[in-house]
Amino acid sequence: MDFNSDTRFHRQLILFNGLLPALLMLLDAWRGRLGANPVEFVTRTTGVLTLVFLVLTLLVTPLRKIFGLNWLLKQRRLLGLYAFFYGFAHLITYIAGDRDWQILTIASDIYKRPFIAVGMASFLLMVPLAVTSTNAMIKKLGGKRWNQLHRLTYVIIIGGVVHYYMIVKSDITYPVAFAIVAAVLLGYRIVASMKKPPNRAVVASK
Amino acid sequence: MPSSPRPSPDEITPEETFNDRRLFMKSAIWAGSGLATAGLYRKFSPRPEVKNNGTAITSITDSAYASALAANDKPNTFSEIAGYNNYYEFSTDKSEVAFRAKNFVTNPWTIEVEGLVQKPRTFDLSDLMKFESFERIYRFRCVEGWSMVIPWVGFPLSKLLNSVEPMSKATHVAFTTYFDIKQMPDSDSAGISLPYVEGLRLDEAMHPLTLLATGLYGKTLPNQNGAPVRLVVPWKYGFKSIKSVVKITLTDREPPTTWNLANPGEYGFYSNVNPTVDHPRWSQSRERRIGEGGTRETLMFNGYADQVASLYAGMDLRKNF
Repeated sequence: MDFNSDTRFHRQLILFNGLLPALLMLLDAWRGRLGANPVEFVTRTTGVLTLVFLVLTLLVTPLRKIFGLNWLLKQRRLLGLYAFFYGFAHLITYIAGDRDWQILTIASDIYKRPFIAVGMASFLLMVPLAVTSTNAMIKKLGGKRWNQLHRLTYVIIIGGVVHYYMIVKSDITYPVAFAIVAAVLLGYRIVASMKKPPNRAVVASK
Repeated sequence: MPSSPRPSPDEITPEETFNDRRLFMKSAIWAGSGLATAGLYRKFSPRPEVKNNGTAITSITDSAYASALAANDKPNTFSEIAGYNNYYEFSTDKSEVAFRAKNFVTNPWTIEVEGLVQKPRTFDLSDLMKFESFERIYRFRCVEGWSMVIPWVGFPLSKLLNSVEPMSKATHVAFTTYFDIKQMPDSDSAGISLPYVEGLRLDEAMHPLTLLATGLYGKTLPNQNGAPVRLVVPWKYGFKSIKSVVKITLTDREPPTTWNLANPGEYGFYSNVNPTVDHPRWSQSRERRIGEGGTRETLMFNGYADQVASLYAGMDLRKNF
């Protein structure tokens, strides 16, 4: 079995590397090494990891088309689930650290702070994608509809980057870097769809 | 497969060797990817404890100011105070500033005091050390919503200002931070215009709480906290307390201030700590005290209302935020 067909190995590798930052954060929490403001650090790190995994998810198609790395396709849902996992951790950190578990204050916070509204909306859009990430759900929805639904990822990554940009005080380096990467990944899809011959059903894309 | 010649039996890699190689390759990929992931995480995670390498300063404990603190205002640890800094000239990552500012040259140093004064003068470090030093433990509230309690060492700014004799038409004081792109190469991405400038009204500058700090925890200031000398105005948001001061100018108009220039709708000239006036993007009614789990209420004028509220009598603090 060569590398390209060793699906089990790919899965284990991505599982391990995706979980590693969370494990290191837990280790740092345990030895009191999350810095002077642990809530801020965990909030920022889980937020950035959410964006990282969204980017990785959207990288799969171009890497397949350009470099023929077709084995990545089987791992894409796992990458997406990691985006959801870190997004959820980000949300919980906000509820615990910023809201002191006062769930009812979240509504007024969404109203008061537009960047919270954008972040919350982006997270909520990830929920149906996480729920439909099983094989059974793909069968139930059918590949075409499933693919259409999961194009929500495009909206989610834009929301995530805007959310990040809105909270930064003045140093926009990282939000802008994510914005450029997202623009390239989304732009690739626009260009690819324009090159596609008309009247051909979109079946095997993504 | 087309007719490639069959390999002779001794050319075929024995199964054991083949499996060994695969195992080796896999292990290498495991280790390599794990190290890369962990390394990336480490690059962005806070660094360990910061040590106090300053030189001791003799100071008088101002008991009147120490007793102004509430029972639940415990000074933060040195490592918290010196390991979590907003000093955009060095880095916008608060836990990174201490390390990027390590080689910042703060000696020799001079502060030029000029403008509407009878006796303009340039002070060097030994001149500053001639002012009698006090230890003042102040609350410190950052506009971002976190706070600390900090044992500063320094002297009232009024003493320095009185020594240069402000003219009667002087109404404001402008301050400038040192700036040198060679010593502060990461300042390019700060997103604010530099050098950093700040200002106070003259009566604010002359207030007995307003300090020129030269030390922290009984020793000279660490670079990341604004060595060798910085302003401390405890009833205002932290960004008013300008670091590493090189110039003080007395003037007859409100001077420009860096964060106000960067975003006038979010940062006003006064920037007094005020729980009733929210920042456009977040609430200012509560704060996270560094080292504590939850959040606590933010106090009007950061708890110094008794001493400073009279400075703003009759002013609309919503408009003059």
